Amino acid sequence: MSKRVLMNGNEAVAEGAIRGGCDCYFGYPITPQNELTAYMAMHMPRHGRVFVQAESEVAAINMVYGAAGAGVRAMTSSSSPGVSLKQEGLSYIAGAELPMVIVNVQRGGPGLGNIDPSQGDYFQAVKGGGHGDYRLIVLAPDSVQEMHDFTADAFDLADRYRNPVMILADGRLGQMMEPLILRTREPERVEKPWALTGARGREKNIIRSYFSVDGVLEKRNEALQTKYRRIADAETRVDPYLMDDAELMLVAYGTCARLAKAVARDCRAAGIRAGVLRPVSLWPYPTEALRSYLDRVKNILVVEMSAGQMVEDVRLAVEGAVPVHFHGRMGGGVPTTADIRAKADEITGRAR
Amino acid sequence: MTTTTEKPVFTRPQTLTDRPMAYCPGCGHGIVQTLMAGIIDELGIREKTVGVAPVGCAVETYNYFNIDMSEAAHGRVPAVATGIKRARPDLVVFGYQGDGDLASIGLAEIMHAANRGENYTTIFINNTVYGMTGGQMAPTTLAHQKTQTTPLGRDPETTGHPMRMSEIIATLDSPCLVARCAADTIPNIRKTRALLLKAFQYQLAGQGFSFIEILCTCPTHWHLSPKDSMDYIGRVLTPIFPCKTFRDRGAGHEG
Repeated sequence: MSKRVLMNGNEAVAEGAIRGGCDCYFGYPITPQNELTAYMAMHMPRHGRVFVQAESEVAAINMVYGAAGAGVRAMTSSSSPGVSLKQEGLSYIAGAELPMVIVNVQRGGPGLGNIDPSQGDYFQAVKGGGHGDYRLIVLAPDSVQEMHDFTADAFDLADRYRNPVMILADGRLGQMMEPLILRTREPERVEKPWALTGARGREKNIIRSYFSVDGVLEKRNEALQTKYRRIADAETRVDPYLMDDAELMLVAYGTCARLAKAVARDCRAAGIRAGVLRPVSLWPYPTEALRSYLDRVKNILVVEMSAGQMVEDVRLAVEGAVPVHFHGRMGGGVPTTADIRAKADEITGRAR
Repeated sequence: MTTTTEKPVFTRPQTLTDRPMAYCPGCGHGIVQTLMAGIIDELGIREKTVGVAPVGCAVETYNYFNIDMSEAAHGRVPAVATGIKRARPDLVVFGYQGDGDLASIGLAEIMHAANRGENYTTIFINNTVYGMTGGQMAPTTLAHQKTQTTPLGRDPETTGHPMRMSEIIATLDSPCLVARCAADTIPNIRKTRALLLKAFQYQLAGQGFSFIEILCTCPTHWHLSPKDSMDYIGRVLTPIFPCKTFRDRGAGHEG
């Protein structure tokens, strides 16, 4: 029986990265994810690995680009404003097909916003953020255990597909403490014949995203899209909760999924057959899983800490078959279970 | 039967591919890159050298060097070089940057890589102008120099004075070698080669960050012939950008 330890979410991510085989970490201070960077500053050198406090988020993501290009497991972390700064680098990383992991412990925006939890970066994370046609694999944990496990998994996923992977968390998940079981599984190791290791006994390797010869970039893009379809087929993750007979489907991820699960239990005690569909991978989005419940579900309620971002993907999946309702708060506000329940009552005609 | 006594006195460095360089006639990039290739051959490090190419005319430098190379986003060469070298300290790493890349958009990255004493070599090509984008003002553009974005000449009152990057880098304590030289006359090209060789040797000895600024021609955007461009370096540039060694910790100094 593995021993349980108590950590906050940020530390759990850091330890997950170390156990996931992270060789190099490059970061820059920003709240509410500083415990993560601090943990790496202390522990990476103890494991004989690399920690660098970069001069900016821009430098940090480009250090990751360099290290990932050299074939090692590399990572950076930040919070919303800092992740905005990294978007250029992510576009280059996606274009050059470099495996790496980035963690966004989201805070309130827009602008400098505040340091309270938010899910306002959904569009940025799953729709692009940087320039060009590319995709990140985006995983959304909803517990300290998943913060830890998903980060460790992310390195394997990144290597398997030569693609950047984002852990999309929020300030509440980063700051709260929960018991967790630390990962003991060994990371998958893949050969990286494309990496910059010195052209010894082979042709030179070039890490690039610039293709100026006619037609080459279009072919490159088509190959990327083929890869993304392969990822979508194999790596879509979803967590259905009390969904077998549900007529009201709550759809939420991360912190809001925990609230939605509590509301679903509460609804059932009051005779409303509610369930939760929690997207675990935000890209690829579990569109098919969501559609599979539409023959029984009468209403959908999407709950987010945003003005309504993921709800657009729900509507795209549902294609008007079922009414899609929304409850959200912004700017660091966290929905309460009472407010979500009230919305559920209103939708199902049970308003008190 | 006749025997020949002729021996080859010059061959293409193994580190250079046979691909024709796409630079303009009279451009300084070709001179510097040929020097670098010869040095990499001389040190026997071709199979463990990794270069980082900038955005600009030198972006496709990897077509000419027969070594592993990475592109970098505009200005981010020092961060990318840091990532490669920290990941694999056994590699020899160089960053190749122009004046817009290094002194404008990438100013933060070069200052901090230098200040951390990252153990890689920076080759800084200063030709006082943006090349690939069509000849705009660079941070190193001279006062009153005409460019696409200073059509009446650079006005120091509103656009500042040329930045002397070697002098700025030399204010930091960490770099082991900071020097400016010129790729114009044969004696100066020889001095440039000696400095580049020293920079790679210092890196191999683990002595830390080295910074070689090279004054180079850009005939196209100077609107001069190749020959006149070479003369322009000695006549106009070196009085403003003096060729000297600003820091040399010497061989054997611990990085």
